[in-house]
Amino acid sequence: MTYAPEVRARLETDAKEIIGRYPRPRSALLPLLHLVQSEDGYVSDDGQEFCAEMLGLSKAEVVGVATFYTMYKRKPAGEYNVGVCINALCAVMGGDQIWEELSEHVGVGHDETTSDGKITLERLECNAACDFAPVMMVNWEFFDNQTPDSARQLVDDLREGKEVAPTRGPSRLCTFREASRVLAGFPDGLAGEGPSAAGPSLEGLRLAKANGWEAPKPGAQERGSEK
Amino acid sequence: MTTLTPVLTGNWDLPDSFTLGGYGEYEAAKRALGMDPDAIIQIVKDSGLRGRGGAGFPTGMKWGFIPQNDGKAHYLVVNADESEPGTCKDIPLMMANPHSLVEGVIITSYAIRANYAFIYVRGEVLHVIRRVQAAVREAYEKGYLGANIFGSGYDLELVVHSGAGAYICGEETALLDSLEGYRGQPRLKPPFPAVAGLYASPTVVNNVESVASVPSIVANGADWFAGMGTEKSKGFGIFSLSGHVTRPGQYEAPLGITLRELLDMAGGIREGHELKFWTPGGSSTPIFTAEHLDVPLDFESVGAKGSMLGTRALQIFDETTCVVRAVLRWTEFYAHESCGKCTPCREGTYWLKQVLKRLEKGQGTEDDLATITDIADNILGRSFCALGDGATSPIHSSVKYFRDEYLKHFEIGGCPFDRAASTVWGSK
Repeated sequence: MTYAPEVRARLETDAKEIIGRYPRPRSALLPLLHLVQSEDGYVSDDGQEFCAEMLGLSKAEVVGVATFYTMYKRKPAGEYNVGVCINALCAVMGGDQIWEELSEHVGVGHDETTSDGKITLERLECNAACDFAPVMMVNWEFFDNQTPDSARQLVDDLREGKEVAPTRGPSRLCTFREASRVLAGFPDGLAGEGPSAAGPSLEGLRLAKANGWEAPKPGAQERGSEK
Repeated sequence: MTTLTPVLTGNWDLPDSFTLGGYGEYEAAKRALGMDPDAIIQIVKDSGLRGRGGAGFPTGMKWGFIPQNDGKAHYLVVNADESEPGTCKDIPLMMANPHSLVEGVIITSYAIRANYAFIYVRGEVLHVIRRVQAAVREAYEKGYLGANIFGSGYDLELVVHSGAGAYICGEETALLDSLEGYRGQPRLKPPFPAVAGLYASPTVVNNVESVASVPSIVANGADWFAGMGTEKSKGFGIFSLSGHVTRPGQYEAPLGITLRELLDMAGGIREGHELKFWTPGGSSTPIFTAEHLDVPLDFESVGAKGSMLGTRALQIFDETTCVVRAVLRWTEFYAHESCGKCTPCREGTYWLKQVLKRLEKGQGTEDDLATITDIADNILGRSFCALGDGATSPIHSSVKYFRDEYLKHFEIGGCPFDRAASTVWGSK
């Protein structure tokens, strides 16, 4: 099976824009694979063939790259990719318990998808939000400071089609395909939503302001970062 | 007493900090583009800024390695692949203050005579990527990027590139391979990226926080920056406290501050508990214990005590935490993330994982401790990049400080700790 002509034409337009960003075409391979995921929900056989054609590579070269990176799904993924951080710190702070209870609640394990096609569960490595532990990510949006109860609620809400918002992110959660399109370099216009920073990110600044602590003055004119 | 010095974090509480309105008009870049590029390199050298991505290499010196008048294209690649367990500073920085990074990219690129720059962001942080994309677009619209910036005749293209899930791509040569569209596997050095980096051209790879610090140095002067910190570890940095502390978070302070001082600011270890072990700079830096509370957190002092400053990722664990369990988790991480290129790392991390699993279940023997130490000795220094070396840090340091705890596991035939007690909700 190959892409329908109109799909193919649309993908080609996007692909050419992506390739045009780089001094050398092959640098476009990772974003092209994200683009394929935005179309198919995973890196499909057709999608890899498409990448190969666009870049003048063999399909084997494309598959070799796609299989290296964990964000590229090898089989159709759910609408929501739900990850629980199980690296040391999050695991200790409760991530292990969240994973165990959530996996049992949903009835699928790591890299498995529910039969309704809604939820794929994933055991995540560190996602650089350790001060918000235990951390979960849904379609690569932050869901900070989770508990087993909040995790179950989150997944139930997603399966029931309720509106769900990340703790630091836009007011609406994108689908996996929509998120993949942003990763391919096509902004969705949501950058302005959500807080600049929240919770622990602001602890140091809050304390500094309360105590009047500042970096030394340079003597000359102050710059923008001093606000 | 050391106090906090918010510079990069200074505007994070503004609702529009991630826009030009909440950041400012790129005054430092304007000034820089009117200067001789070599003068900018000199300012950064004089400031004493050292790489904030972990290794601490002097930033200005790295820029100075780029050959000039060689007729080749030069590149700046920003390493925004923050993935080291415990490290969580670049992600909030790019979410709240992406323009400090973009402005730093302009100044850095100009200094090294690059007309093309990339920000390689790990893919698993969608909203951060949106914010960086938006900041770059805003800068283009204002004429801060593109052709003839500020009428100086200098041109710069900046591309935001999303990774796809691979810790190894935080290693600079693996990152370059990935950016070229290959599997992210490290290259043998030399040649270093300064000579043969992206597309085999002279390339500077700098961490997000390093580049974002540059505008403040250009604006306020090398002396201003060098006036903070210690003699050899100058300036400020973001210290990330996580784990069993009352108020985890980001604390921007001069290098050389101690964990004791930072814990005081963060409300101490969570109530009713005490410090057991911590990492000074992420999981690849050997763990410390309560005896290291007063070690100045600068490159030299932490090194002298047998660890590394790394990325100032202070993961704090109290007495409810089983050190064997934490080390097993980190080891599983390294085994998962080893790219497979070098045999000692690929095979060694696999076997470490097997033995540690057995130890944690209380099914090991004292011989296993010798085995994991021996495996770690055979990984350390025997692979292309630092991933394998990093994997050995938790092993060696935990056996050094907590040998008895390992022994206890097989004495009683299981883990002596209650997992529930170490959770956020378990201690209440």
